Amino acid sequence: MAVEAVNNAGAAHTISVLVADKPGVLVRVATVFARRGFNIDSLAVSPAHQKGLSRMTVVTHGKEEGVTQIVKQLDKLIDVVHVYDYAEMDVVSREMAIVKVRTPSDKRSAVMEVANIFRAKSVDIGKGSVVFEITGSSSKLDAFESMMDEFGIIEMMRTGKLILRRGETPT
Amino acid sequence: MIGADLVIRALEKEGVEYIFGYPGGANLPLFDSLVGSKLKLVLVRHEQGAVHMADGYARASGKPGVVLVTSGPGATNTVTGLLTANMDSSPVIVLCGQTLTVNLGKDAFQEADVFNITIPVVKHSYLVSNPNDIPRVMREAFHICRTGRPGPVLVDLPKDVTSKAFESVPDDTMDIPGYHVPEGVDRKGVEKLAALLKTSRRPLLYVGQGAIISGAHREVLALAEKLHAPVTTTLLGKGAFPETHPLAVGMLGMHGTAYANYSVVNCDLIFSIGARWDDRITGKLSEFCLDAVKLHIDIDPAEIGKLIRPNASVVGDAKLVLKELLPMVSKLKTEEWLSTIEGWKKQYPLKYDQPLDGELTMQYVLDRLYHLTKGQAIVSTDVGQHQMWAAQFYLTSKPRQWLSSGGAGTMGFGFPAAIGAQLARPGELVVAVVGDGGYQMTFCELSTAALLKLPLKILVLNNRYLGMVRQWQELFFEDTLSGVDLEGNPDFVKHAESYGIRGLKLEKAADVDAVLKEALAYNKGPIVIEALTERHANVFPMIPAGAAVRDMIVEPTRRKMAKPEGST
Ligand SMILES: Cc1ncc(C[n+]2csc(CCOP(=O)(O)OP(=O)(O)O)c2C)c(N)n1
Repeated sequence: MAVEAVNNAGAAHTISVLVADKPGVLVRVATVFARRGFNIDSLAVSPAHQKGLSRMTVVTHGKEEGVTQIVKQLDKLIDVVHVYDYAEMDVVSREMAIVKVRTPSDKRSAVMEVANIFRAKSVDIGKGSVVFEITGSSSKLDAFESMMDEFGIIEMMRTGKLILRRGETPT
Repeated sequence: MIGADLVIRALEKEGVEYIFGYPGGANLPLFDSLVGSKLKLVLVRHEQGAVHMADGYARASGKPGVVLVTSGPGATNTVTGLLTANMDSSPVIVLCGQTLTVNLGKDAFQEADVFNITIPVVKHSYLVSNPNDIPRVMREAFHICRTGRPGPVLVDLPKDVTSKAFESVPDDTMDIPGYHVPEGVDRKGVEKLAALLKTSRRPLLYVGQGAIISGAHREVLALAEKLHAPVTTTLLGKGAFPETHPLAVGMLGMHGTAYANYSVVNCDLIFSIGARWDDRITGKLSEFCLDAVKLHIDIDPAEIGKLIRPNASVVGDAKLVLKELLPMVSKLKTEEWLSTIEGWKKQYPLKYDQPLDGELTMQYVLDRLYHLTKGQAIVSTDVGQHQMWAAQFYLTSKPRQWLSSGGAGTMGFGFPAAIGAQLARPGELVVAVVGDGGYQMTFCELSTAALLKLPLKILVLNNRYLGMVRQWQELFFEDTLSGVDLEGNPDFVKHAESYGIRGLKLEKAADVDAVLKEALAYNKGPIVIEALTERHANVFPMIPAGAAVRDMIVEPTRRKMAKPEGST
């Protein structure tokens, strides 16, 4: 689709959205992206510390102008309390993944060695596979994924990026 | 007292006079509660009509219009009306009956997930699952629909929720932490507007519906006169500035006046007051007002920079912002600019051909309507050629005098919206100007108008074509007509008469004044005037979709045209 081609070329953006915990709020937020041909690369949602509110971290990519418009349209949603497109250096960001890697006996120690370097924890070991848990920046997870790909990833699941603003000021 | 009573009570508390409704299984408790309430039920013939009526009521009065429909098809029939209201920032509340909460998601009889279906076309919406929430939701719905940038709010009410018995009225304290209406005026921002205005020699005020919604017409007039700046209005901004004023250049955009569009390309500063740089106005964005300074006032922050990056902007209520701005500005040296514009007005006036054989043209009928009503009627149009000619020839002078579906361009809007407007402004003259195509989309509401004995004038401009589409086919598709001939139209006079409504036929230019006068004098109920017009006229000036002002066709053309690109 033409819209996609136009809008999806551009840098990654990490948008933090504080929302009222009301039914339908996820659909409303997703619709703002979908209508403009933006892809949601990752999405993490959880209750915020404040009662009645939830926090979402949305990673998307696209041209600056398009993303600015998305942020404004999100802000316009009645259920959105606060929204901001954060630059990487202003936030602490973490993501977790669980990765199931194929480990024939002759490769097992090599796999473990790589996992160690990344400080990934093995949380389940089977005959021909190991499941690792790894936490860190999204780029660290990307690197881990590509290293493990050499051995063979059977399946994996990532939480999506979580962010909080650095310092005392709330996100 | 049951949930439905709480809903109706909330409407009474908000001072709602009319409810435009249609019953069904899922809203029976609500219809029952209406009996004995202060609300007057307007029973429509199709739910789309109900929403347009509420929308027309809202546009004519500034107060929210309220709709009540049943679940499933009743609710989905409101979608076009919601889109129309949403695109044009009109405060409408749609209450839908819904199946029992235990049945939700189980494909129960007449279940439609109207909450999700309508998310993209509402300002906000609710599915009420806890009966105790009714008073709060109703209060929030009204608050949200009429404040800030107004828009439609949908409230989905399952039958068990409206049937629930109550001993006392639950709390209605609002809980919308994410909703903020811009308040006060950003003085720094206004100072910046004033500073940029100061050096302009060729300014243009570009005024949209936002000015009408905010009630800023007096301030717009004061600003134009203080600056000596010309004013152009959008299709929906008609009425925000008197079009008969010497500083008025009329409507701009695709079918705007040539002098308005020449003013747009030649100005050194363009100042949007509640207008959103729509593609029907800017045409090709990459060529729009490249060298002009752009100023923008809008209550919706998301409109600032959406299409055009302004040199200065203020988020806020147009009236308050202009009040702050007025003392900061003084007369600009615009004599030369105004005389240039005066020259364009003389050189490229709006005009039309008057057939020698006495055949009727829409332009002539509308021109006469304007003169015979002294420009004082509330005009509600449908969508198409007649709409554009009405915009060109029916000059407005007051806010909320002009109702038209702009953003959505919804055929079928004009007539029901006129019903709503007449209910909102009972003592005033309301004229629906409709084409034979769009009229047929909602003309079942003749029963509604007849029952209410509304002294409404329905002017059907019948060219037996979907005229505007025929125009595009003629100009851009080598005159290959496809699906635009409305053969099979009824006789609109006989059709009206079958509802007990008076009908007048108009066929010759010579009869226009007599027939219009007769219709205008009639006040026993609605009256339909069917004008059989010539079929081949096209609306000019025209800037093809997505093109720039230099591509404007000022006069009728027979030259071959490229298909428009970049826009619909
Ligand atoms: C609901 C809807 N369907 C289709 C269109 C596309 N459309 C725009 S103008 C037009 C022709 C309208 O014809 P008519 O009502 O006879 O008015 P005229 O242009 O002849 O004055 C059409 C089909 C529309 N605007 N709305």
